[in-house]
Amino acid sequence: MNANPTLASEAAEAALDQELKGLIADVLGLDPAQAAALAPDSGLFGHLPELDSMAVAGLLTEMEDRLGIVIEDDDVDGEMLETYGGLLAFARAKLAGD
Amino acid sequence: MIAAWSVAGADGAVGEELLLAFDRARPVRVLVCPAWFDEANKLRRFTVEVMRRLDKAGIDSFLPDLPGCNDSLAKLETQTLGGWREGMSAAAHVFGATHVLAIRAGALLAPAHLPGWHYAPQSGPKTLRGMIRARTIAAREAGREETAEALMALGRSKGLVLGGWPLGAAMIRELERAEPELAEGQSVIAQSALGGPGLWLRAEPDEDPRQSDALAAIIAGSLA
Repeated sequence: MNANPTLASEAAEAALDQELKGLIADVLGLDPAQAAALAPDSGLFGHLPELDSMAVAGLLTEMEDRLGIVIEDDDVDGEMLETYGGLLAFARAKLAGD
Repeated sequence: MIAAWSVAGADGAVGEELLLAFDRARPVRVLVCPAWFDEANKLRRFTVEVMRRLDKAGIDSFLPDLPGCNDSLAKLETQTLGGWREGMSAAAHVFGATHVLAIRAGALLAPAHLPGWHYAPQSGPKTLRGMIRARTIAAREAGREETAEALMALGRSKGLVLGGWPLGAAMIRELERAEPELAEGQSVIAQSALGGPGLWLRAEPDEDPRQSDALAAIIAGSLA
């Protein structure tokens, strides 16, 4: 039982943020400090030459495995892939069953 | 040691393919079934680094190219999963392999008569799914709309170029149903046992000596 639902959801949000940063660090070969510096407006697909469609596909597949979600074709659009904030918002919505 | 070996291609014609081997006629001889396609490039150096460590540990290893892979003169689009399985079985006999180390989708080709290891095995459907997804993302970026269902339907009947790899219809139909199977004496080595993220995830090829050390040590240790 969670006495304070706000605190619980903040903890879940922090855990998701950490999981997603760790995953991007694994894909881009970032060290933990660089990954921690990812901000909502940090550019991803279309901003980093090494992050091509194959790398993005691998990232999405790994997201499915690590977060236990299924990502449909229709879910994938430029907005969710363009920035770290977009990807985080997408993962949050998926986990909420959206 | 870089050499060549002879193997029958999909059309039955025997061709010469590349072989990278550490062969000092020692008792343990490991056949390496490497990762495929994009992952093959990302894991190539890691794979050979593991073989170098096995060599130092007194273990022979063999990394044969299959028809249609790397510098092969055979066309990739004519290759089939069944043909590649036969190729790996032939390799096992030619090299006198005593064990198999299969990496990622390479686990789909591991000869069942050899004991050994499946490192982070990947299924056929997941391999296809990742490549199809990369293609739909690239298409969308280019302003075209392609769906996974339509691409798969086309792939099953006519074949498909995925991530730059031309795959024949037979290969795609076989991959849709292909799951790695652990034969007797074979076990899975999970990525978590290597103490770092899988190098196939990296956007660009990289290496990690600690992971190479860890995989070679697990193999050498399980033989001791």
